[in-house]
Amino acid sequence: MWDKQIILMIAEGTGVTLYMTLVSTLIAYLLGLPMGITLVVAAPGGLKPNRILYKILDVAVNIVRSIPFLILLMLIIPFTRIIVGKSYGATATIVPLALAAAPFVARLVESSLLEVDHGVIEAAQSMGASLWTIIWKVLLAEARTSLIVGCTIALGTILGYSAMAGVVGGGGLGDIAIRYGYYRWQADIMIVTVVLLVALVQILQMIGTKLSRKLDRRITG
Amino acid sequence: METIIQIKDVTKTFVGKDNQVEALKGINLDIHKGEIYGIIGMSGAGKSTLVRCLNFLERPTSGTVFIEGKDLSGLSDGELRMVRTQVAMIFQHFNLLMQRTVLDNVCFPLEITKVSRKDAVARARELLAIVGLSEKELAYPAQLSGGQKQRVAIARALATNPKILLCDEATSALDPTTTKAILALLKEINEKYGITIVIITHEMTVVQEICSHVAIIDEGTLAETGRVEEVFQKPKSRAARKLVFLGENNQYAEMKGKRCIRIVFTSNSSFEPVIANMVLTCKTPVNILLADTRDIGGVAHGQMILQLPEEEAVAEKMIEYLKSRNLEVEELTNYVG
Repeated sequence: MWDKQIILMIAEGTGVTLYMTLVSTLIAYLLGLPMGITLVVAAPGGLKPNRILYKILDVAVNIVRSIPFLILLMLIIPFTRIIVGKSYGATATIVPLALAAAPFVARLVESSLLEVDHGVIEAAQSMGASLWTIIWKVLLAEARTSLIVGCTIALGTILGYSAMAGVVGGGGLGDIAIRYGYYRWQADIMIVTVVLLVALVQILQMIGTKLSRKLDRRITG
Repeated sequence: METIIQIKDVTKTFVGKDNQVEALKGINLDIHKGEIYGIIGMSGAGKSTLVRCLNFLERPTSGTVFIEGKDLSGLSDGELRMVRTQVAMIFQHFNLLMQRTVLDNVCFPLEITKVSRKDAVARARELLAIVGLSEKELAYPAQLSGGQKQRVAIARALATNPKILLCDEATSALDPTTTKAILALLKEINEKYGITIVIITHEMTVVQEICSHVAIIDEGTLAETGRVEEVFQKPKSRAARKLVFLGENNQYAEMKGKRCIRIVFTSNSSFEPVIANMVLTCKTPVNILLADTRDIGGVAHGQMILQLPEEEAVAEKMIEYLKSRNLEVEELTNYVG
């Protein structure tokens, strides 16, 4: 039962899960980071308040976030086909994953940036800093610890979502768990995949926490 | 003398959901080059709003501010940022970048003005030497004391060679000794580099310590302006008198005695000024911590708690005196201190 083939399949599944998670997170940040920054800057009382832009973004983020992932996954199959050419497999899963995670990332980024002390922003303004300088060198730089913690949370969540995508043949550990564990009643394979998923989340969390601590200069000593 | 800051008819109204707050109601003020100008007022008087109007961090609702003859209300965003590099500011809570070293904090305004990294570091080191923090250049703000943080903030403010330095309650978060040191540093900067300094504070002692001129702001209007000595000697407005007298009050000698007694009135005539007579007899003041007495049919009833002077002999004499007047005297332990 535990032949070479199965071990190879699980090893490959781990790789595929990591691939989906990391690439989806990257794309989610490419979309979500600017969205989060815009939410903070355009908010009422922000650096450049813009009611309309803020409201549109705010509502859009809420809508996408409230659609259950599995439904979103199926809803956007036509869109996925246009982008990657097919609707199943690891690469195809990245599309709904990134799309579902982007608004979540936007909220994470927004809350991190809102933690930055308003006084420091005011100080930068008093020095004649431009909006871009304030975004790059004050907001993002001062919030970096919190942003890394947020990124760790995003990675864990996206990893969990990627396993869900197994239902529609998404590939990776979740796919294996569903095919062997659920459809074929092979509990041992399911347990192994679940343990691996837990281990992956643990490792990502550990790296994230370590990194954010190391980069935080507010801790004395 | 040349006017460097001219505040003209500045008003500022904050509009809330269902109310309006008039923070400034038509302020006119000229500040001359090289002065250390104090703007003092109680909290809520509008002084922080006023100082933020000087660099347009707050845009006045009406009226305007001229910096070196330049009308700030007519400037584009870019031009306004240029002016701001010449009008530096320090704050009550220092507002340093917590994730940057001391050196990089001082370099920050130079990055904004696009000075090369090499020149910026050289300039930052020079400034850290002036504020006496050379050995801390690689430390992070979290590792510094309040006074040291404010020194970094001052170095940072001076980096772009500003002509004006605005101080918003810059010493309010510091202890008296550190406050003195920071004020001395500001005075030195004013004298050495000819930088005009505007100091916002609620403490009269700060104004007395270094300001040449003072404006008293009260409920959004200027109650009084003038040279510090004049305002001190002859405060004309109600707001000025309040601030000046409150300042003097703080200078009264504090009672240092630790002994407290409770006296109970039961049978004395309410027409006998017992405490006043005791003070006159002993020629030393006592501190009345609590008094609750009333006149019932010509007899004094109630109690008082007194803090006795430090000198044992005098304190004893007072207790003797009170006992001789048929009062119950009870020593209290740990009532104060």
